[in-house]
Amino acid sequence: MNLNTSYMGLELKNPIIAGASPLTASTDSIKRLEEAGAAAIVLHSIFEEQINHESHEIDHFLFKGSDSYAEAVGYFPDMELSNLESEHYLEEIATLKKDLSIPLIASLNGVSKGGWIEYAGKLQEAGADGLELNITYIPTDPDMDGRTVEQLYIDALQTVLDTVDIPVSVKMNAYFSAPANMARRFSELGAKGLVLFDRPVHVDIDLEELTAEQTINYSSSADLSESLRWTAILYKKLEASLCISTGIHTHEDLLKGMMSGADAVQITSALLQHGEGHIATVLDNLVAWMEEKEYVSIEQMKGSISLHHTVNPAAYQRANYMRILTEYRY
Amino acid sequence: MSKKFETIDGNEAVARVAHKTNEVIAIYPITPSSPMAELSDTYSSKGEKNIFGSIPDIMEMQSEGGASGSVHGALQTGALTTTFTASQGLLLMIPNMYKIAGELTPTVFHVAARSLAAQALSIFGDHSDVMSVRQTGFALLASGSVQEAHDFALISQAASLRSRIPFLHFFDGFRTSHEVSKIEMIDEETMKSMIDEELVTAHRERALSPDNPFIRGTSQNPDVYFQGRETVNSYYDVLPDIVEEEMQKFGELTGRHYRLFDYIGAPDADRVIVLMGSGAETAHEAAEYFAEQGEKIGIVKVRLYRSFSAKHFIESLPKSVESIAVLDRTKEVGGTGEPLYLDIVTALSEMNETDTLPFEMPRIIGGRYGLSSKEFTPAMVKAVFDELSKASPKNHFTIGIHDDVTHTSLEWDETLSIEKDDVLRGVFFGLGSDGTVGANKNSIKIIGNGTDNYAQGYFVYDSNKSGSMTTSHLRFGPNLIRSSYLISDANFVACHQSVFLEKFDILKYASKGATFLLNTPFSREIVWSRLPAKVQREIIDKSLKFYVIDAYSVAKKTGMGRRINTVMQTCFFAISGVLERELAIEKIKESIEKTYGKKGRKIVEMNYAAIDNTLEHLHEVDVPESVIGDRPLQPAVKGNYDDFVAQITAKLIEGEGDDLKVSQIPVDGTWPSGTTQYQKRNTAIEVPLWDPDVCIQCNKCVIVCPHAAIRSKVIDESALEKAPENFHFIKAKGKTFEEDEHFTLQVAVEDCTGCALCVEVCPAKNKSQTNLKAINMVEQEPLRETGEKNWEFFMELPNYDRSKLDHAKAKESQFLEPLFEFSGACPGCGETPYVKLASQLFGDRMVIANATGCSSIYGGNLPTTPWKKNADGLGPAWSNSLFEDNAEFGLGFRLAIDKHTENARNLLSSLKEEVGVELAQSILNSEQHDEPEIFEQRERVAALKEKLASMKGNEAKRLRSLANYLVKKSVWMMGGDGWAYDIGYGGLDHTLASGKNVNILVLDTQVYSNTGGQESKATFTGAVAKFAAGGKAQLPKDLALMAIAYENVYVARVSMGANDAQTVKAFIEAERYDGPSIIIAYSHCVAHGYDLKYGMDHQKLAVDAGLWPLFRYNPQLALEGKNPMSVDYKGPKIDVKNFMYQETRFKMVEKINAGAAKEYLETARTHAATMFDRYKNLEAYYEKEAEKIAEQEEAVMQAETAEKTGAQS
Repeated sequence: MNLNTSYMGLELKNPIIAGASPLTASTDSIKRLEEAGAAAIVLHSIFEEQINHESHEIDHFLFKGSDSYAEAVGYFPDMELSNLESEHYLEEIATLKKDLSIPLIASLNGVSKGGWIEYAGKLQEAGADGLELNITYIPTDPDMDGRTVEQLYIDALQTVLDTVDIPVSVKMNAYFSAPANMARRFSELGAKGLVLFDRPVHVDIDLEELTAEQTINYSSSADLSESLRWTAILYKKLEASLCISTGIHTHEDLLKGMMSGADAVQITSALLQHGEGHIATVLDNLVAWMEEKEYVSIEQMKGSISLHHTVNPAAYQRANYMRILTEYRY
Repeated sequence: MSKKFETIDGNEAVARVAHKTNEVIAIYPITPSSPMAELSDTYSSKGEKNIFGSIPDIMEMQSEGGASGSVHGALQTGALTTTFTASQGLLLMIPNMYKIAGELTPTVFHVAARSLAAQALSIFGDHSDVMSVRQTGFALLASGSVQEAHDFALISQAASLRSRIPFLHFFDGFRTSHEVSKIEMIDEETMKSMIDEELVTAHRERALSPDNPFIRGTSQNPDVYFQGRETVNSYYDVLPDIVEEEMQKFGELTGRHYRLFDYIGAPDADRVIVLMGSGAETAHEAAEYFAEQGEKIGIVKVRLYRSFSAKHFIESLPKSVESIAVLDRTKEVGGTGEPLYLDIVTALSEMNETDTLPFEMPRIIGGRYGLSSKEFTPAMVKAVFDELSKASPKNHFTIGIHDDVTHTSLEWDETLSIEKDDVLRGVFFGLGSDGTVGANKNSIKIIGNGTDNYAQGYFVYDSNKSGSMTTSHLRFGPNLIRSSYLISDANFVACHQSVFLEKFDILKYASKGATFLLNTPFSREIVWSRLPAKVQREIIDKSLKFYVIDAYSVAKKTGMGRRINTVMQTCFFAISGVLERELAIEKIKESIEKTYGKKGRKIVEMNYAAIDNTLEHLHEVDVPESVIGDRPLQPAVKGNYDDFVAQITAKLIEGEGDDLKVSQIPVDGTWPSGTTQYQKRNTAIEVPLWDPDVCIQCNKCVIVCPHAAIRSKVIDESALEKAPENFHFIKAKGKTFEEDEHFTLQVAVEDCTGCALCVEVCPAKNKSQTNLKAINMVEQEPLRETGEKNWEFFMELPNYDRSKLDHAKAKESQFLEPLFEFSGACPGCGETPYVKLASQLFGDRMVIANATGCSSIYGGNLPTTPWKKNADGLGPAWSNSLFEDNAEFGLGFRLAIDKHTENARNLLSSLKEEVGVELAQSILNSEQHDEPEIFEQRERVAALKEKLASMKGNEAKRLRSLANYLVKKSVWMMGGDGWAYDIGYGGLDHTLASGKNVNILVLDTQVYSNTGGQESKATFTGAVAKFAAGGKAQLPKDLALMAIAYENVYVARVSMGANDAQTVKAFIEAERYDGPSIIIAYSHCVAHGYDLKYGMDHQKLAVDAGLWPLFRYNPQLALEGKNPMSVDYKGPKIDVKNFMYQETRFKMVEKINAGAAKEYLETARTHAATMFDRYKNLEAYYEKEAEKIAEQEEAVMQAETAEKTGAQS
């Protein structure tokens, strides 16, 4: 059984990538993920704000109160600080690279052209095999039009591509007016992979505290739909390879993903819910299914039910939607 | 070898040498010497080695007494050992200093010389401390400048090893210890050449060792002790020669030559001044200047003061000398003169007597100068020379003050300046929080390190920890700068906060034609009319070049927030001409890269952007020919103040305290209470504004306010008739209050520091706009006028009847008048809410002993003080003795008060018939258990005093003076953890064991906050603090548990942010308990490293993490057969990390040593769990004990009942 696949130029032993999550934030659990069969790891995301925030925070609090009062010209010893949060991340990559045999993809989350771009270069130096760029931006300013937002994304990607040589993927969101067009622009710019899709954190309201709050948002197999749709639509239309990151919980979800045209999938919520060993379960079930159905390789099924190949292309398009609604009415 | 220059301060100059030439360093913080210890700790934490190739061991001790003991021990076991100290700290070392010297042990103590606490504490510089140890046997070597401090640190080390005489190397506190100056550094090779390894070996071979056993430190009898003391004479006889030889050797190695006594001036001088320390540098500059003008004058700088070599001194004097003035920077009350004067008189007289004086015996006069860093200027030097010219010069004079009582002072010409034209002199006025001082230190380094110019910076801070003004005095010039005095005629004046122009006469510092830079929100077109008329007049009269910049808008635009340091620094370089503009900007950028590079690119880029945006916003103002408008300066004081405040306090506030005459100063250190109310500091940019519609009247904002600037009252409707238009009130909620009573909440907008703690704790949210609460921060300035009126009206409203309030309820306790207000504590201070609470509950009968530290500074630092009286003239009586003795000091209060009470009761008993038996009995029998009872007792005592007024006889007279002691007095000892856990622990422990009715409040910030955050035994595991630069590995001491062990001590651990109800309850119980009580109060602090508006949240986090257990142990309950132990928290609810990593003090460890950080977390986690188990077990144990007692009582009762029943049957 050949489970091999290629994603953003990286050769993977199977299509399962452990997506960015707290499980990919510790060396121990990353090792367990590899043991369970993960073909690649996306490290937990480091946010643009995190990189700058810690600098700002330390600078601020070491400065605050200093040189204000004769008896206390400062409140902290003047030490060399080396382990800034972002540097931790770099060290982690360097350490993991020694211990792991599977590719390691760093994950950067940001949108401005700040100092964090430079950080992408450091990730490469530290040994990351690839870089996943998450550039979800929530435009709260009503004066900001869609074109401006799109350009923001394009500029961020361009700057990162100018900085690194390792393959870069873009973790997109599904909220563009024309996702396919954005996907193509990312791909044409040089993104080697597209990850479909980013799930923004849930927003909720705490009725006791009367505050808005953000909560963790586990996906389920039911959330696979959008990713399937757009993978199927984009299959064979782009240079960039495709990866489904939302709604992959079971071997069945994985199969659907591959058939819609994905080159790989990322599992995150299911691992957080069931532990690292869940990868082994999915792989076992996948192999069993493929054996039963007499598939010999993953390549064989890739894109087999995409817009390009499906017997029912309308299933991914508006006409079909109309039909479902119509049927429902009758 | 090429010369290496660095621009550093005196403390660093010394620490660099001391760390390189020692193996063990025992330390303890005390201003102004602490930085030497901090730097040594930092060097060792970074792994820096000494010249012998090892990293010196740094050990923080519990006091200077402890430090000197350890130094003594380490020396006796052969390690090269040093310590740093000042002032009272040095006095604590005296016992060991005698021992160290008596045993001929080489060492150097480096002392940043400071005033001693006498009528008041002072942190500033003079020689009172070092003069107090001149008899110990230590050699005393004086440095007068940063360069000398660096050089003499090495010379003294070398000379000590050779002579075996221990050295005290001293330099003037602040003036030298904190002056930043460009100096030539001693390289390691030179150090190695100066320190003879053979002598180090010899020292080691004299060590106590079981391999070479002997006994040292015997007890001697009359037969040999005397002779023993005389055995060392020969060592002291040769000491001056040894020091001179070492100086010579040093001169050959470095090119910098010193002598035991250095003469400067005309070779044929007839008048000579003798002095030591930094004043000698000023005198040097003045002597050269006036000698060049033909005056026959000169000065002698004393370097080696002990052993005093008369021979070398005489050799230094010109043969032409006719009169000598000896200046001492100390005061020896009741003596025949100050120490240096006496030494000189003796030396010359003795030589004169033996005909060995190579010239006619000169006339010698002595004088005092410069106490507590009082300015000493060339004009004063000139006045002393002029005095020497008189036929009958004044002896035992003072210079620098105006003594209109005993007329000791000499007058001087305050307008005289000898500053040279080639020196750029800049004076900068900034706010503590705006980075002015930091930027100026940076500018000095840029010029000092990057050009051939010499550079000097000295910084003056004000008395408050919040909204404090800083003044930077900077000199740059092509020649060595000796001017160790403040700049009075600057050619560059910068005012970084325009509000200062309205408060202080800033332009008095500007010389004619100087440049004046102002940070102002007003453009160059309109700024003129916004200036006070006096300022406009000075700009015109002095022909100043006037520049403006809106630095805040540039800083905001470039992401710098309210830090305008880089912007103002760029302006300085752009218009001062000290460097070519392009070069200057390049240098600033280089230094920014160096300073901020480690903190990330973003910070560097932000600063670059600030520089790049500055010049286009910097404008020269066309100065009009006339003054526009008549805008006045702000008055220094406001309100209904007395003459003392008008004549004295106001002067201090205006910065004109130097002009006050001796007759105007209280003779015994007694100052009036409650003067902060007259100093309207207006430091807040934003203040809270009350929204009565949202308020739930919980008073949480009132209880947490560190400055008592937000208060509530419940008043009768009738009192509100004349309320100002914008004075809000609402119907009072709660069963305590009547139908027609109203609640109002008011903010003292001019006294508020804008910390926003109140807004953060407010639990009430606006239902329509949940981002708003019942109080919200708004801009201060528009509120000033109405705020002032409202506050005035509010303060005149009556306070609620204390006897009707339940003081044990947090909410109701806040209707009690605070008798501690508007202190100079940091904005958002975590200590003062507890202090204020105590003043509300017990203020009218409190006596407070306050340990030195933050609480003694915000509690008692001039110009204005926060402890005040109520309308009846009653209030806390407060005093600070020292740091180490506070518990003993307070215990003394208790003993005296108890004695007064006992005498009063005895007198009353014997006068029972005369005053009326009923009145006497009711007074004698009153238990005064609670507030209403105390109130009644006060009424009774008033009646008694009325009767006594007309009674005759000695007993009645005595009782009249003691009658007030029949009303219960509440004795408190307050202080920080540095006092309670470390330096004062012995006394505190003894006080706890005394069984006396005292109350101890420990304001536990887990560091020595006042001196800048040094580790104490209260410091949490895993926290970075000064002296624990790599993070504290040990567990904090559990002072509470230790106190419980006495069983008869009331003990509470409280945290207002976690549980204010428990806090208030603990205060009431502790005070009510008739025995020793200790409350250990978690206090958040600027040294924890987070925004203090979240202080109360963090207090709660500390409790939730289990690192600050809340409990009360009340022995009174045990006496009543109940469980005395009440654990008031639910154990660790969150992981320690969720508390610790919210604060820079813990987070920093991760950035310094990630491996250790992990271990610390684990230790803290285990500690939290262990403490909870321990306290719960204790609670369970006492519960069982209580049950046992109940059972026993039950059994007794049953037996009694059975007995009765049996008898009946």
